[in-house]
Amino acid sequence: MSQAPNSPATKIRWSNVCKRFGDKTVLNGLNLEAKEGRSLVVIGGSGTGKSVLLKCALGLLAPDKGRVEIDGKAVKAGRHDDPGIAQIGMLFQSGALFDSLPVWENVAFRLIQHDKVKRSDAKARAIAALGQVELGADAGEKFPNELSGGMLKRAALARAIVSKPKILFFDEPTTGLDPITADVINHLIRQQVSELGATAVSITHDMASMRVIADDVAMIDQGEIRWQGELSTIDACENERVRAFITAGQHG
Amino acid sequence: MSIIFYPFQATGRAVLGFLRALGAISLFGAQALWAILIPPYYPGQLIRQMFRIGYLSLPVVGLTALFTGAALALNIYTGGSRFNAEQFVPNIVALGIVRELGPVIAAIMIAGRVSSGIAAEIGAMRATEQIDALHTLATDPVRYLIAPRVLAGLLVLPPLVVIADIIGIMGGFMVGTLRLDFVGAIYIQNTWDILEPFDVISGLIKAGVFGVLLTLMGCYHGFNAQGGAQGVGRATTDAMVSAAVLIIAANFLLTSAFV
Repeated sequence: MSQAPNSPATKIRWSNVCKRFGDKTVLNGLNLEAKEGRSLVVIGGSGTGKSVLLKCALGLLAPDKGRVEIDGKAVKAGRHDDPGIAQIGMLFQSGALFDSLPVWENVAFRLIQHDKVKRSDAKARAIAALGQVELGADAGEKFPNELSGGMLKRAALARAIVSKPKILFFDEPTTGLDPITADVINHLIRQQVSELGATAVSITHDMASMRVIADDVAMIDQGEIRWQGELSTIDACENERVRAFITAGQHG
Repeated sequence: MSIIFYPFQATGRAVLGFLRALGAISLFGAQALWAILIPPYYPGQLIRQMFRIGYLSLPVVGLTALFTGAALALNIYTGGSRFNAEQFVPNIVALGIVRELGPVIAAIMIAGRVSSGIAAEIGAMRATEQIDALHTLATDPVRYLIAPRVLAGLLVLPPLVVIADIIGIMGGFMVGTLRLDFVGAIYIQNTWDILEPFDVISGLIKAGVFGVLLTLMGCYHGFNAQGGAQGVGRATTDAMVSAAVLIIAANFLLTSAFV
């Protein structure tokens, strides 16, 4: 396929990805592209394969068929040292901060353990990253179980961005948060993605989140992408599933 | 017709399940061994685990060994008195503790504390995506979580067993001198005379093997825990039970090899 002039290059490509768990087909020949420097939001109902799509790109799951490529190279499942995976910063739905470490050490984990940055320098960078998500240095000294849900998400966002990754993944970033906190997290994500110039892929069923975070939107249903386009075009979309999804909750 | 085959089907399923588990545990163990041998290493994690598995197990190991040695002395005295062999209490207590009961009792008690604790901790990490998070932070979960725990088990069990041996013999000594009217100096002399270096060495080899088994079982069941809190609970129980069974079975095999 030829690239349109001025169109960003493809950073991540899911090609005909299939994944089954027992009898249940979760991804059914899924094709999707995330463009470099743009924020793609994948929407879809529960159990439609959104998380599996991300886990295949992270190498946490191996597709039964098809492949996921980052920068044109296939992602190898189970390889934490895969060069594609190494570019990714990930915000997990639950935050997934390590209980046994203080928040600053969670944020600095990759810097200390992988990049071999000196602990004092790593701590300074972690505190700076916490500042970027509007958390003070005092929050860095606490343990994850001492933080509120919103603070936990911010700390996890700080961990995702601290090493300035070229790719950011967000798994249901606003689930379990009140609307005001969710809005703050959405704007922080948008701000950080723009500042880093990273390629972002988010999965959510929160339409408010989508409208703040997305440049592009894809709708997944029954393990396939049903629609994909720019955010500005979604309200004019005539696909019934997409319309049903984005208008749900607007009635009554 | 098919009812006739149910017992065979059930047996076949059980055998296949056992072989599958054996294969999975062997592969997991090989991964852990590889991670122990090949860098990167995580010395901070290793020291933390040695403290948790070793130092924090001292009270339970010490108390168990003390009472085991004391009860052993009483039983040997009672049995020995039936054929005028009461004088062998120090010798048999020493041999029994050093070659058999010290390593086994210490390992079983540590399995109860440590295997289940490791399974619960790693299982909770699995349930809350912390293990996936390690992967996304360019860190191999086997190297970071499993290797330090298994190596710590290998390193701390032998000294713990030495301590258990000493305290167990002390338990026998206390009962022997305070209740059975043995002379302290003679009791110690008899204990010293009966023990050979290989008695201690064989106990230490057992301790190292048990240390690997009990930590590996905790790690394996925690790492493969599925299904949230219920899965973590199941992993905790499975870790303790499988560690205890493997320790007893390995003890028999090692004793057979050493005799």
